[in-house]
Amino acid sequence: MSDRTSSNAYWQANLRIIYICIAIWALVSYGFAILLRPLLAGIPIGGTDLGFWFAQQGSILTFIVLIFFYAWRMNRLDAEYGVDE
Amino acid sequence: MTQFTLNLIVIGLSFALYIGIAIWARAGSTAEFYAANRGVGPVTNGMATAADWMSAASFISMAGLIAFTGYDNSTYLMGWTGGYVLLALLLAPYLRKFGKFTVPEFIGDRFYSRSARIIGVVCLLIISITYVIGQMTGVGVTFSRYLEVSNSTGLWIGAALVFMYAVLGGMKGITYTQVAQYIVLITAYTIPAVFISLQLTGNFLPQLGLFSTHDASGMAFLAKLDDLVTDLGFRSYTGHHNSTLDMVLFTLALMIGTAGLPHVIIRFFTVPKVSDARKSAGWALVFIALLYTVAPAVGSMARFNLTATMWPGAQTGDTFSQPAVSLEAIETAPELQWMRNWQVTGLLAWEDKNGDGLIQYYNDRVEPTGELAQVIQDQGLVGNELTTVNNDIMVLANPEIANLPGWVIAIVAAGGLAAALSTAAGLLLAISGAVSHDLIKGTLAPNISERTELLVARISMAFSILVATLLGLNPPGFAAQTVALAFGLAASSIFPVLMMGIFVKRINKHGAIWGMIAGMATTIIYIFVYKGWFFIAGTNMLPDTPDAWLFGISPASFGVIGALINFIVAFLVSNMTEETPAEVQELVESIRVPRGAGAAVLH
Repeated sequence: MSDRTSSNAYWQANLRIIYICIAIWALVSYGFAILLRPLLAGIPIGGTDLGFWFAQQGSILTFIVLIFFYAWRMNRLDAEYGVDE
Repeated sequence: MTQFTLNLIVIGLSFALYIGIAIWARAGSTAEFYAANRGVGPVTNGMATAADWMSAASFISMAGLIAFTGYDNSTYLMGWTGGYVLLALLLAPYLRKFGKFTVPEFIGDRFYSRSARIIGVVCLLIISITYVIGQMTGVGVTFSRYLEVSNSTGLWIGAALVFMYAVLGGMKGITYTQVAQYIVLITAYTIPAVFISLQLTGNFLPQLGLFSTHDASGMAFLAKLDDLVTDLGFRSYTGHHNSTLDMVLFTLALMIGTAGLPHVIIRFFTVPKVSDARKSAGWALVFIALLYTVAPAVGSMARFNLTATMWPGAQTGDTFSQPAVSLEAIETAPELQWMRNWQVTGLLAWEDKNGDGLIQYYNDRVEPTGELAQVIQDQGLVGNELTTVNNDIMVLANPEIANLPGWVIAIVAAGGLAAALSTAAGLLLAISGAVSHDLIKGTLAPNISERTELLVARISMAFSILVATLLGLNPPGFAAQTVALAFGLAASSIFPVLMMGIFVKRINKHGAIWGMIAGMATTIIYIFVYKGWFFIAGTNMLPDTPDAWLFGISPASFGVIGALINFIVAFLVSNMTEETPAEVQELVESIRVPRGAGAAVLH
């Protein structure tokens, strides 16, 4: 951490990435799998609908992608701000 | 070779492997004992975390929970995986940067308060001890089922094994045995799943088989299952039947509860760098997802197999196109040997109530309609004749139902033991760390040397194993209910205090302490009001039914509300009291950036 401003800018950038990831996290689980399931009922998938697939498969797969995306994006951010290890 | 000999060989081999690792990975310092010297790679740690996290409940019970409820219990799948996103984004990297050994230690330093640390220890002990009882009972049950020894003998064998690698190796020994245990448990879970998916759908990936065509009938598998269970008066498998609000809250409670479980959090203290902590959470979820995406396939396919065994017509055509399975077939047919095996354990039971020589399985708790009503009238049914079907049978009897060879059954036995033992070891480490590092070194005897602390850590580990074993031998009657308590407490006390400690500098010690107390107290009281005070039957003040719950929120979901109360109280109290001291604000600044984590802070 060289100075306050850069560490603040780093922290703000980190928070923005977290907000985006959390929004997607909530969308696939609480959204697609539960609350928005009736809206997705028209999209059939293997004897049921897309909402069911998100509830039992899709949300979990999205969670994995989200964590690796966050890890990759933060590594870049750390390097940009010179706070990497 | 008999099944017993096979079980003995496979379980014996897996135990020899764990003991070998225990001898190889002895701990020589407190850094090794508490955090494996921070030398565990992110993939290895991910695998160990997966075994640490997936308990006997995940391995044995979860597929059954989904099998008999269907879509509504997807909450478990999402809740127990989504927590890792929160861990990776909100907690793990910062706590790794902090660079100490236990969760209460962070709470104590960040909130510059010994009281806060002690409250953290109390939460940790309640959560981890309630959790470990279930694991130890699981070890006893699995042993007695597969090795024909008594429950208590099995429990002592399991305890002796955990003693070897946990007391000798601490976190280091536990980490590498957990890696081995993960491999055993995932193999055990996947093999029967692949076979059962091949048999029913011709698709060898269970995750795809679940959404493909049921070969024998030509229908989509899930549509076929829906037809079958609704024909018999059960609720449809893919339909949404329970309260939407409670489903959302329960999923959220499981997610933030998962992120707040101390034995999972401390696994992220073992990696070398902050960036490894982020990546490692991703790997943990990959390894967990290998089981969690297979579980719904195992559950639905095992339910189909079981139900179609009872109504053979359903295999290829309509549910009632052939008569129900006969009592004679159940008692003599070689392919139904598994029913007789599991009858002995009490997990499966039947009774020919109307004496027609057939065993009719249906839902007799609802008013029958359509074809079922006709069948009940024609065949003079007086009630469901498959009187007991335990959830756990969906995984345990799966290899036998699918007619798989004996060595698969033996691997499933070793897998169940691996799941229970790996979680027990992780919990015991969290417990003994809190006792030796937070209570003794941190509070009672701060001046002891590192060598003495290592000895104290080993003694508290041995003591924790003894307590857990004794509790496992005589599990309190409320053992099954305490899972709600463990998750509720982790969600309402530990997760919020850690998150605020990292993200909100303004939260001071008063805010943290009162927030934890308020969150924890409301959650415990809410659970006790519906489940009985200290889970003593009959002392509940309100009936435990959806109508009586506050806004329809079940006691198991209340951790979310407790967390919300924790946040609100912490903000209000902090704003009314002093500013957080400058040096603590500096600490928060420093944990927010990764640089400098390599230099592990030793007190």
